[in-house]
Amino acid sequence: MEKIYSRTKGLRADVVGGFCPGCMHSTVMKLIGEVLEEMNLFERAACVLGIGCCGLHMDYMSFDNITSPHGRACAVATGIKRSSPDSLVFTYQGDGDFAAIGLGESMSAANRGENISVIFVNNGIYGMTGGQMAPTTLMGMRASTAPAGRTAKEHGYPMHMCEILNQLTAPAYIERTSCNTPQNTLKTKKAIAKAFQNQLEGKGFSMVEIVTSCPTNWGMDALGALEYINEKMLAEFPLGVIRDAREG
Amino acid sequence: MARIFMKGCEAIAESAVRAGCRFFAGYPITPQNEIPEYLSRRMPEVGGVFVQGESEIASVSMVYGAASAGCRSMTSSSSPGIALKSEGVSYCASARVPMVYANISRGGPGVGSIQPAQMDYLQATKASGNGGFEMMVFAPASVQEAADMTYKAFDYADRDRNPVLILCDGVIGTLMEPVELPEMKTSEEVAAIKNSKKPWSCIGHGSDYATRAWIQPGQWSTVTQQQENEKAAALYESWRKNDARAEEYLTEDAEVVITAYGISARVSKTVVDILRARGKKIGLIRPITVHPFPVQSFERLDYSRVKAVLDVEMAIPALMAQDVEKAVGDRAPIHTCLCSGGNIMKKERVLAAAEKLFELVK
Amino acid sequence: MPKVEIASESCKSCGYCVRFCPKEVLSVGERVNSKGYEYVVPRNIDACVACKMCAVMCPEAAIEIYK
Repeated sequence: MEKIYSRTKGLRADVVGGFCPGCMHSTVMKLIGEVLEEMNLFERAACVLGIGCCGLHMDYMSFDNITSPHGRACAVATGIKRSSPDSLVFTYQGDGDFAAIGLGESMSAANRGENISVIFVNNGIYGMTGGQMAPTTLMGMRASTAPAGRTAKEHGYPMHMCEILNQLTAPAYIERTSCNTPQNTLKTKKAIAKAFQNQLEGKGFSMVEIVTSCPTNWGMDALGALEYINEKMLAEFPLGVIRDAREG
Repeated sequence: MARIFMKGCEAIAESAVRAGCRFFAGYPITPQNEIPEYLSRRMPEVGGVFVQGESEIASVSMVYGAASAGCRSMTSSSSPGIALKSEGVSYCASARVPMVYANISRGGPGVGSIQPAQMDYLQATKASGNGGFEMMVFAPASVQEAADMTYKAFDYADRDRNPVLILCDGVIGTLMEPVELPEMKTSEEVAAIKNSKKPWSCIGHGSDYATRAWIQPGQWSTVTQQQENEKAAALYESWRKNDARAEEYLTEDAEVVITAYGISARVSKTVVDILRARGKKIGLIRPITVHPFPVQSFERLDYSRVKAVLDVEMAIPALMAQDVEKAVGDRAPIHTCLCSGGNIMKKERVLAAAEKLFELVK
Repeated sequence: MPKVEIASESCKSCGYCVRFCPKEVLSVGERVNSKGYEYVVPRNIDACVACKMCAVMCPEAAIEIYK
C-alpha cells in the first residue's frame, strides 16, 4: 500500500498546533511546508513571522524562523535576503501586520522589488488580540473596536492590498487565493510554489494574499465561517492572478 | 599606517567596513548623513550591502534581519531617529542578535536642534527600548576614538550577541581630524566571522526542530522568558566587573575632579591642563564606556583630597550627573557645568566653573 | 481499498474534511480526544476513492492517505 498524502516535515511531528478549530493559519503553514518539501528547500528556507497569530507558528513549524517586530517583516526579510542571497526568504504576515502597522515596510519592499516572497494571510480581523478591526475588515462587520460594525464614515473602506501593490512597477507576481475549498486550497499551494520559484529565479517581489477565516473572532463555527468567506469575503476580495510579470 | 584627514562620521563608516561590517541600512537625518552617504559608495566596493530604508524603523529592522543571517551589520541615526530605532534595538537585544549602531546626537527632546548635544545620555544608558535590556555604550572624544570604538564594537557585539551603541555627539561626528584607521579585515576573515555564526543564523538549516535556527525576540513561556532575562542580567553584570572603561587624567592628587564624556571631556581636559599649569590640583575622569558606567574610577579617588566633583555636560538638565551621584555618594559634593540646545561647551565656561569650585573649597 | 488515517489527537473537529469528502466517507465521531474534541473517523471507508480532498482541507495536517 502506497502512502499518497503525508503530513509535511515542515510541521513538527506529534505536536498539535495551538490554533483554533478551523483556523486556516494552520492550513497555510501546512501548504508552505508541503511546497518547501516538494521543492527541496528546507535547507535554504528562512521564514520571517509577523506579530499576532502568525507568531504562534514558531513553535509548531520545524524550520528556520525569525519573529519580526510588528509590521516590519518585509524589512527584516530584506536584511536577510540581501545579506544571504542563497536563502529562500519569505514573510508570513496577517492583515494587521502587512496592511496596517507594516504598510510602509510592505509597500517599500514591494516598490524596491525585493527578491522575497510574501505570504499575506487576510482574515479581516485582528485574531490574537481579540477581534479588533483590521484594515481589511468588511463594511458592516462587527469588531471588538467597532462594536456597531465598520462604517465608511468612521473607518473608511477595506484595503485591497493586491490591487494597491499592483499600482507599483516593480512587483513580479501578485495573486489572491483562498483556502475555502479543496480546489482553492490547491491553487493557494500552487501560488506559494510560484512565489518561491520566482525568488529562486531572481524575479523579485512576489505576494500571495490568502483570504482565510477567523471563526473564533467572527463568532462562528468553522463551517459557518467557510460560508462567510464564500458569501462576503470573496465578494470584497475577488480571487485571481493580479500581476504575473511573465505574462506581461 | 598613514594618518589621514577624515570626518568623524566617515571614520565611523570606514572603520565599520574594516571591522567586517557588510550590511548597512539607514535613513537620512542630520548630523549623521555622511555615514549612509559614505557607505552607499563604499559597501559595493567590498561586496557589502547598503540599503536606504524607508524609515529608521525599517532600517533597524533590516539590520535585525541581516544580523540574524550572521552578517556584521550596522545602522546609524541621530536623536529622534534613534528613538524610532528603539523598537528594532530591543528586538535585537531580546533575540540576542549582535549589531552596532551609532547615535550622532543632537539637542533637546522632540525634533530638537540639529546642532551637537549630549541630551540622549539616559536613553542610551538606561532605556534604549522597552523591556529593561542593556547595551555597552561607547562615547568617543575624538575622531580616532570614534574609529577605534566602532571597530571594537563589532567584536563586543559578537562576543555578547547583543547590540552595541556608539554614543557620539554631533561635534565628534562632524569634526575633521587626522586618524589612523584600523586594519582592514580580509575577505577570509570576514567570511570566517559569518561562518562562525551559522549554527544560529536564520538562513535555512533543514526541517529538524532540534537543530533549526530560531531567532526569538520573546518567549511564549514565562519560565523560559525569566531564564532569558536572568541570562541577560548576568551578562550585564559581567560588563560592570570587566568592561567599564574610563580615562583617569591627573586624578591621583586632585582636589577638584571634572567628569565629562565625548566632546565635553575634550574641552574639560584643556581646562585641567590650564589649571595644572597654574598649580591647581585638578583632574579628569572621562567615561569611555558610559554604560557600563566606570564606577571603579570614582572608587579609586582619594576622597581625603577630593573636595568637589564637577560634572560637565552638554545637557540641561544634567543627565550623566545621576550616575556620577551614585558613584560618588556623599563622599564629595557634585557641581555641574552645563550647556544645551546645540551650544557647544566652551573652555571659558568650564574654566570659570572650576575656578569657582577652587574658591568654594578653599 | 484506500486507507484514511486520522491522527485523533490532532483533530479539532472543524468538519472541513467531512464537508468536502465527495463520498461521505468521514463523520464526526462520538469519542473525544484529550483536548475534548470529538474527532473525525472514517466510517464508510469502502466508499473512499483516495481523492485526498479531506487531507488537503485539514488545517492540522492530521490526515494521511494510503492507496
